[in-house]
Amino acid sequence: MSVATKAIEAGHIWTFPGGIHPPERKEISNQTPIAPLALAQEYYLPVKQHSGAPGELLVQVGDYVKAGQVLTQVGANNGLPVHAPTSGTIAAIGPGIIAHPSGLADTVITIRADGNDEHVALEPLTDYTQLSRAELLDRIKNAGIAGLGGAGFPTAQKLALQRPLDYLIINGVECEPYISADDRLMREHAQTIIDGTEILLHIAGCEKALIAIEANKPEAIAAFEALLDKHPQLALRVVPVKYPSGGEKQLIQLLTGRQVPSRGLPIDIGLVMQNVGTAFAVAQAVLQGKPLIERVVTVTGENVEKPGNYWVRLGTPVAYLLAQCGFKPEPEQRVIMGGPMMGFTLADLSVPVVKITNCILVPSSQELAPAQDEMACIRCGACADVCPAQLLPQQLQWLAKAKDYDGLEQQNLFDCIECGACAYVCPSEIPLVHYYRKAKAEIRNIAREKAKAEVARERFEARQERLEREKQERLERHRKAAEARKKAQAEAVAQGGDNPQDAVQAAIARAKARKAAQAAAAQQKNKEGDDA
Amino acid sequence: MTVVTALIVFGVLALIFGLILGFAAVRFRVESDPIVDQIDAILPQTQCGQCGYPGCRPYAEAIANGDEINKCPPGGQSTINALADLMGVEAKPLDSAHGEEDVKKVAVIREDECIGCTKCIQACPVDAILGAAKQMHTVIAHECTGCDLCVEPCPVDCIDMVPVPVRPDNWQWDLQQIPVRVVESSN
Ligand code: SF4
Ligand code: SF4
Ligand code: SF4
Ligand code: SF4
Repeated sequence: MSVATKAIEAGHIWTFPGGIHPPERKEISNQTPIAPLALAQEYYLPVKQHSGAPGELLVQVGDYVKAGQVLTQVGANNGLPVHAPTSGTIAAIGPGIIAHPSGLADTVITIRADGNDEHVALEPLTDYTQLSRAELLDRIKNAGIAGLGGAGFPTAQKLALQRPLDYLIINGVECEPYISADDRLMREHAQTIIDGTEILLHIAGCEKALIAIEANKPEAIAAFEALLDKHPQLALRVVPVKYPSGGEKQLIQLLTGRQVPSRGLPIDIGLVMQNVGTAFAVAQAVLQGKPLIERVVTVTGENVEKPGNYWVRLGTPVAYLLAQCGFKPEPEQRVIMGGPMMGFTLADLSVPVVKITNCILVPSSQELAPAQDEMACIRCGACADVCPAQLLPQQLQWLAKAKDYDGLEQQNLFDCIECGACAYVCPSEIPLVHYYRKAKAEIRNIAREKAKAEVARERFEARQERLEREKQERLERHRKAAEARKKAQAEAVAQGGDNPQDAVQAAIARAKARKAAQAAAAQQKNKEGDDA
Repeated sequence: MTVVTALIVFGVLALIFGLILGFAAVRFRVESDPIVDQIDAILPQTQCGQCGYPGCRPYAEAIANGDEINKCPPGGQSTINALADLMGVEAKPLDSAHGEEDVKKVAVIREDECIGCTKCIQACPVDAILGAAKQMHTVIAHECTGCDLCVEPCPVDCIDMVPVPVRPDNWQWDLQQIPVRVVESSN
């Protein structure tokens, strides 16, 4: 065992550069147990709630569905299914606003709940170790599980990569201010999370899992400490409080001292990470056959009367969720999906809760000041000090404003995890992350355009070639036809038949004679006319 | 004497190198002009002809021979900048004599009005239109480059150029919109 591995085993905690300590404000929401939410009347289910292509629709308007019934099929390109959150009828399938910062519409299935909440029959498993890896992965995929921590990458897809693994890391850090969904889940369902972790270990063919929790969650830590004695494959790691220690690359650095290569994946260095919520969902899917139809959502901020964590069915409109929690909107109220650092403001409250929604934040204008006007950069360097990815945010900002995309790539823009630490400390109130997001989108777009231009060129050239070929073929055909005609003629003449050439000559001669006769007749007439 | 020897030696050397170079020029001949390829790779491959040449490659050849770099409206300023970089000249604004930079568009055939004349198929430089004589025609949207060439030949004017719809995956973080939009309270 190498020195580094020994240190990992011994529970050494490394550190990562930069980071900030924003007010945590978790106590607003983490005091009460996770409460169930009363059923809504309508649910809006976007067909795409994960990163990947949407699955194909399996239902039609008017169909009756039960809770847990699959609505879209597992498809190509990481297609994941979505399931009905409750029983009812499909009222509409069409464009609706989705949980995306753009506020744009995508295909949404609307279910009108009948209030009976009938579930489809589940198929529990007694011993998952009897199933093959592929069968277990299918079970996870069919349950529609995507990373519940944020990005929404299909979990089965991540596990399907067969590469040697040193550790599975279960991320319970939850470093973003305000959010306490994972905290409460760990306090109340530590055993299920452990079960899920063991299933993940089994599927990944990995020996050891590290469960990481931030030091500000003593109850969650205690819950795991009480259980881990019976699970030698699992080890607990308490990481110091710093934002963004829950970032994938940052947490890996904290627990193993390893650095994920630029544009690389954790699996490149023998690691794979899953969120605690995902581990919970995996346990539910594999052991009980439960598809992903609900998740824990933190509702918090000073403008709700009953902040806390709720079991929310996917597809629940945010407006309904807030109404249940005693929403007291102030004028120009902002509603943020996600936390204050990485979340985005909703354009409309009809947006539903989806697989990646961990928090709905309704701050008062005192607690979270609205965006200020941007001022000029004073080159203080504060942003570079806090950047966990060791980038130069100020430099990136200049380059992004100048649209110098090559420069941005050279400065490793794509290593930016959009944590917002730089914007948080910037005294000039520059919305730095927005510039990076826009620049990233533009760079991706340019790449897409370029690929499209390449295809267009190929198609154009193929067409030119085809036209040229067709022209040659036409000419060839004409030439052949002419030759064949000539040959036939020659043969006819040789056999003593009329030479068609002679016939033509004869016809011309006849025509000439007729013309001459006509001319003569006309002259004759003229003469007669003169005479008369 | 030494002078003569030197002359002979250098003469022979020159001959040998000449032969080697000559052989290399024939043996390792580059099929087409690489600079034309590089320029062509920057042009948008719309093949629309707005630059005054019958397609992107002819324009690339013209640029290589010293034509202006600001004649391609579909490419717009970003293409001009990239060309300026490559050619080592000053970037300039688009020459408006050739058209204006526009949002990206895609052709859509109003299918119930299509008479199946196949004229648009013949006009499309990238074979993005599907159809057959006296049958309804349709545009393969993701192959269409938005070059506009099929619109004019259509005898019943049933082809529209519509802007490419913005979807969440090609949405460009709009800075005006993002700084935290305000949700009107609904109750
Ligand atoms: S948002 Fe990006 S640039 Fe800013 S601190 Fe985080 S990683 Fe660094
Ligand atoms: S923190 Fe803001 S003002 Fe300071 S250098 Fe960075 S971008 Fe400029
Ligand atoms: S104007 Fe641009 S896109 Fe159109 S043919 Fe010329 S180079 Fe190609
Ligand atoms: S369909 Fe029309 S606009 Fe689109 S590439 Fe073909 S000719 Fe151009």
